[in-house]
Amino acid sequence: MNVLFFGITKDIVGSSEINFNEELKPANVGSLKKKLIDTYPEFSKLNSLAVAVNSEYADDTLALTGNEEIAIIPPVSGG
Amino acid sequence: MKKVIEIVDTIDTAKVYTELSDPKSGGICVFVGAVREFTNNEEVVALEFETYKEMALKEMEKIADSAIEKWALNKVVMRHAVGEKGVEEPVVVVGASSAHRDACFEACRYLIDTLKETVPIWKKEKFKNKTIWVSAHP
Repeated sequence: MNVLFFGITKDIVGSSEINFNEELKPANVGSLKKKLIDTYPEFSKLNSLAVAVNSEYADDTLALTGNEEIAIIPPVSGG
Repeated sequence: MKKVIEIVDTIDTAKVYTELSDPKSGGICVFVGAVREFTNNEEVVALEFETYKEMALKEMEKIADSAIEKWALNKVVMRHAVGEKGVEEPVVVVGASSAHRDACFEACRYLIDTLKETVPIWKKEKFKNKTIWVSAHP
């Protein structure tokens, strides 16, 4: 399962992409967020933390198979 | 073409009038966002923008479509720049054209306000001695 990182989350992780192996793969969006916050405590200090699946905002309950394009969306600040 | 939705390296503000001009439009409203020299009394050297382009374009399409429907717009432009931008450089242009002015004024405000809320674009403020991801922390 590949996960893309943008903005401040890319700086926190130190990479624009992380690969989770099969055994560690989170089952849904909520558990992916929890896993990231556990691994990178800095994530819990952000104003918000959203996840996009196949380039659409996703709810915590959305199940993940590992074949999707998954991206971590920190607070947006365009304009 | 009714909609222009783009993420670009450099914004040319001169062409937006032509893009929004329409025989059915009596009003054209445009908002341009630019780099301001000072933030909270601190001098900004530059802003750096990055995006998740595929998703950003999708989200901008959704915003444009809902504005076209709500205000019966004839044309819409949403264009955002990425990369490093210096003071006074334009970073975003949104605009709407409609039969009468009320609709395009309201739509233009909706376009920029919603873009700032939902479109995955991130801005880093570069000061002389530090850089800050805007809105990241409380």
